[in-house]
Amino acid sequence: MTKYKMHLLVCGGTGCRASASDAIVGKLQKELDEKNLQDEVQVVMTGCFGFCEKGPIVKVLPDNTFYVQVKPDDAKVIVEEHVIKGRKVEKLLYKDPADQKEISDSKHMGFYKKQLRIALRNCGVINPENIEEAIARDAYAALAKVLTEMTPQQAIQEMIDSGLRGRGGGGFPTGMKWKIASQNHADQKYVVCNADEGDPGAFMDRSILEGDPHSVIEAMAINGYCIGATKGLVYIRAEYPLAIERLKIAINQAREYGLLGDDILGTGFSFDIQLRYGAGAFVCGEETALIHSMEGERGEPTFKPPFPAESGYLGKPTNVNNVETYANIPVIYLKGANWFNKIGTAKSKGTKVFALAGKINNVGLIEVPMGTTLREVIYEIGGGIKDGKKFKAVQTGGPSGGCLTEKHLDTPIDYDNLIASGSMMGSGGMIVMDEDDCMVSVARFYLDFTVEESCGKCAPCRIGNKRLHEQLDIICKGKGTLADMDKLRNLSHVIKDTSLCGLGQTSPNPVLSTLDNFYDEYLEHVHDKKCRAGVCKDLMQYIIDTEPCVGCTACARVCPVGAISGERKGPHTIDQTICIKCGACMDKCKFNAISIH
Amino acid sequence: MEFVNLTIDNKSVKVEKGTSILKAARSVGIDIPTLCYMSLGDMNIENKPGGCRICVVEVEGRRNLAPACCTDAHTDMVIKTNTMRVLNARRTVLELILSDHPADCLICAKSGNCELQTMAHKLGVREIHYKGEMSTYKEDFSPSIIRDMDKCIMCRRCEMMCNEVQTVGALWGVNRGFQAVVSPAFEMDLEKSTCTYCGQCVAVCPTGALTEVDHTNQVIRALADPSKTVVVQTAPAVRAALGEEFGLKPGTLVTGKLAAALRRLGFNFVFDTDFAADLTIMEEGTELLDRLGRHLNGDKEVKLPILTSCCPGWVNFFEKQFPEMKEIPSTARSPQQMFGAIAKTYFAEKIKVNRKDMVVVSVMPCLAKKYECQREEFATDGNPDVDFSISTRELAALIKGANIDFNLLPDEDFDNPLGESTGAAVIFGTTGGVIEAAVRTAYEIQTKKKLEKVDFEELRGLEGVREATIDFNGLPIRIGIAHGLGNARKLLEDIKAGKSHFHAIEIMACPGGCIGGGGQPLHHGDSSILKARQMAIYQEDRNKPIRKSHENPFIVKLYEEFLKHPMSEKAHHLLHTHYFNKKNEFIIE
Amino acid sequence: MVKVKSLADLQNLKANLQTKVDLREKGDSAERLVQVRVAMATCGIASGAKKVMEFFIDELEKRNIDAVVTQTGCMGYCYAEPTIEVKLPNQDPVVFGYVDSKKADEIIEKYIKNGELVPGIIPVNYETIDNNNQ
Repeated sequence: MTKYKMHLLVCGGTGCRASASDAIVGKLQKELDEKNLQDEVQVVMTGCFGFCEKGPIVKVLPDNTFYVQVKPDDAKVIVEEHVIKGRKVEKLLYKDPADQKEISDSKHMGFYKKQLRIALRNCGVINPENIEEAIARDAYAALAKVLTEMTPQQAIQEMIDSGLRGRGGGGFPTGMKWKIASQNHADQKYVVCNADEGDPGAFMDRSILEGDPHSVIEAMAINGYCIGATKGLVYIRAEYPLAIERLKIAINQAREYGLLGDDILGTGFSFDIQLRYGAGAFVCGEETALIHSMEGERGEPTFKPPFPAESGYLGKPTNVNNVETYANIPVIYLKGANWFNKIGTAKSKGTKVFALAGKINNVGLIEVPMGTTLREVIYEIGGGIKDGKKFKAVQTGGPSGGCLTEKHLDTPIDYDNLIASGSMMGSGGMIVMDEDDCMVSVARFYLDFTVEESCGKCAPCRIGNKRLHEQLDIICKGKGTLADMDKLRNLSHVIKDTSLCGLGQTSPNPVLSTLDNFYDEYLEHVHDKKCRAGVCKDLMQYIIDTEPCVGCTACARVCPVGAISGERKGPHTIDQTICIKCGACMDKCKFNAISIH
Repeated sequence: MEFVNLTIDNKSVKVEKGTSILKAARSVGIDIPTLCYMSLGDMNIENKPGGCRICVVEVEGRRNLAPACCTDAHTDMVIKTNTMRVLNARRTVLELILSDHPADCLICAKSGNCELQTMAHKLGVREIHYKGEMSTYKEDFSPSIIRDMDKCIMCRRCEMMCNEVQTVGALWGVNRGFQAVVSPAFEMDLEKSTCTYCGQCVAVCPTGALTEVDHTNQVIRALADPSKTVVVQTAPAVRAALGEEFGLKPGTLVTGKLAAALRRLGFNFVFDTDFAADLTIMEEGTELLDRLGRHLNGDKEVKLPILTSCCPGWVNFFEKQFPEMKEIPSTARSPQQMFGAIAKTYFAEKIKVNRKDMVVVSVMPCLAKKYECQREEFATDGNPDVDFSISTRELAALIKGANIDFNLLPDEDFDNPLGESTGAAVIFGTTGGVIEAAVRTAYEIQTKKKLEKVDFEELRGLEGVREATIDFNGLPIRIGIAHGLGNARKLLEDIKAGKSHFHAIEIMACPGGCIGGGGQPLHHGDSSILKARQMAIYQEDRNKPIRKSHENPFIVKLYEEFLKHPMSEKAHHLLHTHYFNKKNEFIIE
Repeated sequence: MVKVKSLADLQNLKANLQTKVDLREKGDSAERLVQVRVAMATCGIASGAKKVMEFFIDELEKRNIDAVVTQTGCMGYCYAEPTIEVKLPNQDPVVFGYVDSKKADEIIEKYIKNGELVPGIIPVNYETIDNNNQ
């Protein structure tokens, strides 16, 4: 069936295209035509390989040779040497930067290890609605191993040794959490999976639940065995109907197969899982608020201590863990804690799933080992900034995080480094911004969210965030003063210092980090009444240039508020005090006389 | 018992494990300011949502500030309660709260008595740096309580009292974020909710968000109207607490000054609700004995236990939440209402005044009484038996406004014939008092023997649910007592389940009984004040020459001249009532 | 559906399933199936992946091609949804992006039938751990 015996894949990503991959395709085709090989060898342009700094890329199938920094003139030697004679063109081979050895099969490239899918290992590989496909890829093998070969204490120790830290944002060592819960005695304990993923733009947990629900189910059962809980609960946001459906199917299938329920695998251990639904409150992602919501109470956080591991759901010892944390757990038991803790940095082990979004070419879900730099993520995996614009900032951690700039790009990503740089890991949202983003507006956007989502219990968050938001709004509307800027800082620090829960304790982070890193932009808004990114409408003015203006009156007629005046055939002007900046005039003008300043 | 040793502001402190930093600090004289925190220690009630963040302190090694009221003290903690970091945070948080609070102090009912106002003064706030939008809500006027939620600071005390102490469930935290507020479900009016008007929420609210409906204007107008004969009655619990409004120690009895003040205010007749309390005992005691007799004779239909019914908050509670049991309470009206009925018939006839020209005002420790006197069944041809009810606090305001120097007043007596009362009547003001008064009379009528000891200590105390068995000359009568609606609920559930073994139960809606009513001077969580008031009540009882209701000569005369005998037809018409099913059901479309 | 009552049961089940998978992917005897996986997470579905999956199921049958079409979770290429992975027997899988019915048709005619690659290939840029390999 296969007609072609060889394929030449040329990278057509934005980066390589700019370096003439079109020309490479053309030249290769020409060479093949000349040698009459056009029916045996196919040249195809592909999407971005993500290896943009070494582009243009040419990959040869089926032997997986990976040529880097290829020039159009190399087409001849590729065809003559590699295609015809079967000899790889050594000068074009990728050299491993560690030992300068040439890599002939791209499967061995370290580049591919830049993304290492552990939590996402089955996503995109198995059909999530078929438990057998999951079992074929080792689902429930870890549970079996733990139940039959380890005591709860041993299993907890393995978790501690792995160094796994909570992936929901808190970064608390998972093993420690399990140990504390196991040491508190009660007639009933609970295991809770926090699937309330609330950060705007974050979809890591959703993808795991939609793609590999069994990994979470299995891990919850292991958690139950370790701490002595027979009941598990998944608190999942109602806005994830597909994830809910797939989770239900998975739970039912697990029950049918005897992998959930009474006496699992004949070991005497029983465990079952129920679902609980959120109702659209971000604050219910905070563990104590989540627990209260499940109990039927108002979803408000309560003070810690006592921690849930001591007194949680219905007052019993409870472990609350994030979806992504659970997804990592079966692998840790199968491959061992020592395998896991070799990945990552000294204090942050393993990988992290990020939802890469914003002004970037390759928007999507990535999973990278801790310690990968931001530069690698944005420029290599992400394919660089869209439309060739200039990088401005990258925001991590959602509404709890901060904006990092050019000078932070070489920071290895891990929990402590990000905090030290003024941001935080959060649940894994990563939003890239370019020169067309206004940082003051960005801070205000995040405050929009936290003001809306605050539970309202404690004064600093309920009222303080509202005031922060109002202040940013004033600045964006061009009415801010320098005195206001000082107040922003003090208010932010007090809110952080006095709020009851993580929402309030981190909501001023976007403000503080943009104040630190983009103070000039704030000054411009306040002092010069200017928004350099062109985002804050109230700081923009629509102006009619009298030269090209012929006085056709088309703009005056389309203006909804009657702000434009002028005689027919004479130059027109816009009254800035009336103008609502809708832009209709600019759209209407055939003479390009109207522009934004 | 384990102890912890820590340092607060460089002072060494040793406290029991599990003590909060706040209490630990107070034990060495460091008074960390608080706003939402409230403790009614003796009743095991504590409100500590940790929401106002005023009591934050610095704890060495902790990244952020800790709320002192809900953080436990641990060994080796080093705490600083007044560094500049703490002061800055406290002031900023207070400014934030003030920025969302109307500046109504001039006309606010709580001015001078407002915890927020006091805090702003204490922390020296001169400017609010963070002004902005304010959260506003529709004002809610019910017959007894006004909710002005613009002034709510989300301290959650009212929610705690209503849900955990009273178990009424009318108030909850609703909405999220800036618009979060405490309110009945769906922000409906109190009147439509299951609220009983017990007023415990008003008693604990630190600001002017929850206040009583003010009837002093109506009283002043009535007093100023020359065509009206204004009669006043005053409840037993008032005399034990009114003095606090004038700087007297809690528990100072001011009966004489109270009568004098009322006279100086211009009331034509200064009477005593206690008189009607004796009347209540006559009617209710007879009813108790009647039911008891039928029960002992084998009547299976008769409803026992008999429940007291003088507390309107309690009546609202069972009408709204246990209407299926409305045949069980006594049919006797409350003393306030009995008084009004008698005043506008018996007494009006005596002084030849038309009932329409008589205005009956009651001074009550209670806010539910404002609702009670408006009940349709307590009026004749549209003319209510009791026209207005004002609270102890409102009376104090009237006295102060009239330039009367309360502390210099001489002791005076109440007028007759509706002013004489016994010791049994005065103990109505505290939990256990009504049933003790009933027992004093019922005992003598039932056994036809004279009571040697009039004090029944086994019925007294402050525990939420109490029980005692009184020996009626060989017949054991089992008495149950509950105060606070949460405790009432427990007894009601038992009756519903058929598990109740009592013959008679006394229920008071407010913790402590009427002395802790919603209209009393605010105790701000200090339960020693309630204890002191209770002592005063029992002291007045001991000072009375006559201590059993049926020995009140004016009561005897009332029956001879007017009512004939307890439970007569006239008594039934004027002094008894029946109850309604007031369960609210809402259909949510 | 198999009731797994012991560790041995689970291990046997896994071994059976893996043998089946192996035969399908590597054997060059009877089972030389083409495998098409369609990314059906919420982003995929929102971009029209359901229609694409139905197209493949219908058309592969109509054109008499021995194939197994399944749904799967997010492959990570959210910027190129709908994405599909096509694995021809004895070949490495290839991921295509921006797949609509027209491209699906092209993929069937050119790649599945003839081994001719079409534009729109998304190169895999990650490694997935395999549970049995270290």
